[in-house]
Amino acid sequence: MTMTIHVDIVSAEKEIFSGLAEMVFAPAEMGEVGIAPRHAPLISKLKPGEVRVKVNEKDIQPFYVSGGILEVQPHVVTILADTAIRAKDIDEAAALEAKARAEEALSDTSGKINYSTAHAQLAEAMEQLRSLDRLRKHGG
Amino acid sequence: MAVGKEIRTKIGSIKNTQKITRAMEMVAASKMRKTQNKMQATRPYARKISQIIKHLAHANPEYKHPYLIERAETKRIGVIVITSDRGLCGGLNSNLFRKVLGQLKQWDESGIEVDVCTIGSKGLSFFSGLECNLVGQTTKLGDTPHLEDIVGVIKVMLDAYDAHEIDELHIVSNEFVNTMVQKPNIEKILPIVPEEIDEELKGYWDYIYEPDAKEVLDNLLTRYIESMVYQGLVENNACEQAARMVAMKSASDNAGKLIDELQLVYNKARQAAITQEISEIVAGAAAV
Repeated sequence: MTMTIHVDIVSAEKEIFSGLAEMVFAPAEMGEVGIAPRHAPLISKLKPGEVRVKVNEKDIQPFYVSGGILEVQPHVVTILADTAIRAKDIDEAAALEAKARAEEALSDTSGKINYSTAHAQLAEAMEQLRSLDRLRKHGG
Repeated sequence: MAVGKEIRTKIGSIKNTQKITRAMEMVAASKMRKTQNKMQATRPYARKISQIIKHLAHANPEYKHPYLIERAETKRIGVIVITSDRGLCGGLNSNLFRKVLGQLKQWDESGIEVDVCTIGSKGLSFFSGLECNLVGQTTKLGDTPHLEDIVGVIKVMLDAYDAHEIDELHIVSNEFVNTMVQKPNIEKILPIVPEEIDEELKGYWDYIYEPDAKEVLDNLLTRYIESMVYQGLVENNACEQAARMVAMKSASDNAGKLIDELQLVYNKARQAAITQEISEIVAGAAAV
């Protein structure tokens, strides 16, 4: 019987593949790697490309990943797939956008309250609601 | 008959409201199932990535990433607050705000400043009214949020952490206990404290890093933080639908009770009018 290795391919939004395989091929950043059972521990970034899981001689399953991370332990291979193409500048743009939105939201506020007054007001409102509820139950 | 016309219109309008709340309840129920499935679907990733982090803690790396090192003192804290985009979900958001305010007040008293990022419009409108430092926000993520939608907000916080502007990062969201119970929760996600280290497993091995340790760890830990926030978001979504379902159910029930009461008043009024009419006729007949 041939040796097998456990392979998990997951993305942040769902599980893509989980099971035993004879070998896994992945597009690592330094070039494609083939992982056989009892490979030394390895962590690598993945490039966008195709991950192929060789379940047996006849069955080779391809999965497309848009990048991610590959972790290899002697008996487990984990591929954390990204759900979209990620690049430093795209992330940067997203961050700037999030900041800009916050500034925009802050610029059109009038009248500022501080924590403790807000806390007090909230507590007061909750208390009022609660007593209204009580009144309703006993009075109605 | 003219009696109780106002009451009848009132009953009619409450019945209409009840129809709406009942429809919303059913919509929320079906969405709840979907969001719960989504919550389940994101678990494997979170489990796997925290497993890798745990492995890393067992390894003997040549490079120690700043996210894994606890800072000596905490002067400023970053908070990511996850709320729903829409209201009509009972006390879900206000309970969360109450918890956050308590924590913020505590930090304020011990002289720690706070930066806030919000996800969801309810949080935005709440925090923009407060005297606090809002550094990033995102809204309108819908029922099936994608990881890419929240990358910007997280990046703002991670950049601040890298630049030593904040010394800790916390995430605030609702925890899904069951359909009836949602618990507001504050969790520290940076610096990362790996789960307890099993000394026996702790070896003298290290990973082969490709291309190099810093880059890989950077990537991995960023994704770890992102997956934590994403999980919080997905869980909060499930909470929102569950809370809405419960709130709408009790609204429908209350409407039903109101209708019953009004019906009773209406019947009494009608009966009184009939009695009065009869006695008038009888009195009239007696007079003749």
